[in-house]
Amino acid sequence: MFAESDLNARNKRVQGLFRMLFLMMTVLLIVPVAIILFTLVSKGGSVISIDFLFTNPTDGMTAGGIFPALLGTVWIVAVALLASVPLGVAAAIYLNEYAGDNWFTRLIQLAIINLAGVPSIVHALFGVGAFVIFFGFGTSILAASLTLAIMTLPIVIVSTRESLRAVPQAFREACWNMGATRWQTIRRIVLPNAISGILTGVILEVSRTAGETAPIMFTGAAFFLPFLPQGVFDQTMAMSLHLFVVATQVPGVPEELPFGVALVLIAMVLIMNSISIAFRMYLRGKKKW
Amino acid sequence: MNAIIDQDDNQSPEYAIHTRKLNLWYGTFQALFDVDLSIRNGMITSLIGPSGCGKSTFLRSVNRINERLGYVRIEGDIDVLDNNIYDPAVELVQVRKQIGMVFQRPNPLPISIRDNILFGHRLHNKGSKADQDEIVESALKQVLLWDKVKDRLNHKGTELSLEEQQKLCIARLLPVKPSVLLMDEPCSALDPKGTAAVEELIWELRGEYTILIVTHNMAQARRASEECIFMLMGKVIEHQATEDLFVTPAQKETADYIEGRYG
Ligand SMILES: Nc1ncnc2c1ncn2[C@@H]1O[C@H](COP(=O)(O)OP(=O)(O)O)[C@@H](O)[C@H]1O
Ligand SMILES: [Mg+2]
Repeated sequence: MFAESDLNARNKRVQGLFRMLFLMMTVLLIVPVAIILFTLVSKGGSVISIDFLFTNPTDGMTAGGIFPALLGTVWIVAVALLASVPLGVAAAIYLNEYAGDNWFTRLIQLAIINLAGVPSIVHALFGVGAFVIFFGFGTSILAASLTLAIMTLPIVIVSTRESLRAVPQAFREACWNMGATRWQTIRRIVLPNAISGILTGVILEVSRTAGETAPIMFTGAAFFLPFLPQGVFDQTMAMSLHLFVVATQVPGVPEELPFGVALVLIAMVLIMNSISIAFRMYLRGKKKW
Repeated sequence: MNAIIDQDDNQSPEYAIHTRKLNLWYGTFQALFDVDLSIRNGMITSLIGPSGCGKSTFLRSVNRINERLGYVRIEGDIDVLDNNIYDPAVELVQVRKQIGMVFQRPNPLPISIRDNILFGHRLHNKGSKADQDEIVESALKQVLLWDKVKDRLNHKGTELSLEEQQKLCIARLLPVKPSVLLMDEPCSALDPKGTAAVEELIWELRGEYTILIVTHNMAQARRASEECIFMLMGKVIEHQATEDLFVTPAQKETADYIEGRYG
């Protein structure tokens, strides 16, 4: 009565086949990441040292360290975050908590989606026109960071909105019913419960910002600049551009140097991403509803 | 503790909720038709009727939480304690303070039990730290929860059992001193034991608050209320003393419903 029928056997074979197929796709996905990491470590690992991280490049960038680029990237990312996080979080709060569903909010929604789809080189040209020339910031950290801020704004808005949306509506209704205003509800209940998601989005934005090259190339990053930036109106070197330069623009660079730079850059990004994931897991474990 | 607000002439009004020709539309769909209801002050009134007949919609109009949806349109008047709550001069926060609501699914806030109780109090009493312990204790005692949770006031409200959560949701309304409590199927997520416990609690609160309770459970309506309203397809069919409505219903639809002939 419970013996296998022909149809059962056939279904089982098909099921096994698809399982294998999906497994293979998953493995294929890991392979490029593994190869990239392996290549970077094996070819560039030898140049990494404390000196490499904390000294200036020398000999026309064919030797020495990467400190100005490393610090420049930190500057650019920090200023970009200062601009985009408050703006993006505020916009997301408005869209999710205050605005109704009407043509205006749908238009904004559409604008955000389109902003996310604009190629980075277009952002770069916009940055030159708007920040370097029109606002007169010159090629500077400020111009580069603002360009990046605009480019990554959709990330902040979308991730913040999603974390706000994940806070159950029942919490808001509970607050309103006790006579809380919208802002009291947001401050006391919605934001504390959405903060982990918002921070995760911000950290993702950091890794995106750190790796971009095109938007900073014309707006604030310099090929070679043996001084450290003193303020937001200075130009600076940056990791991503430095990698491009030593890999393609300078003759006589030892083969392992670009790999070393790439390894530091990818390590920065991976570390940020891991922090984001760990943080998310930690907060999710604490959440109970 | 007298929760009924003092009127200018010091006479408490006869009706806590009084509606005249209340019509409500969700977009083009009309959910309430000419609802004329007078709900007595200080009594427990139950609202019964098949699913989708507009019970929740009515409740949610009384504390004006429906208007959050941009596509809701309301005509007619709702007076709460003789004040028209749709009057432009009315402050929404004051309306919500007077009218507490308990939802179908218990929705304690994801903060400590103590903070849940004090949430409303803190909203309306700036900076007063005094008496907080007393407020927490008195509110929890009123909902018969004090003995169970007094040793874990710092635990999250969301960690309690559903029955305890629902009691907490009732308790947190009390420090705001509402006059009217709206309860939308407060027991439907609970097991029979929890239902009995919450019903007992509702009886305890009788007289101090005007309670309007929606229920699917006719036995509950019969046990737990003094007056009963039967609604069908957005209209009020019958409103009587509970015993009369169940024993000698005036309308055929009511009789059909209480005998279980609608779903
Ligand atoms: N937010 C809403 N938008 C549109 N229609 C709604 C909404 N809420 C309820 N309705 C409709 O209004 C009618 C009454 O619903 P409701 O008041 O929830 O009924 P009940 O609580 O008696 O089950 C139903 O037909 C329902 O589909
Ligand atoms: Mg309902």
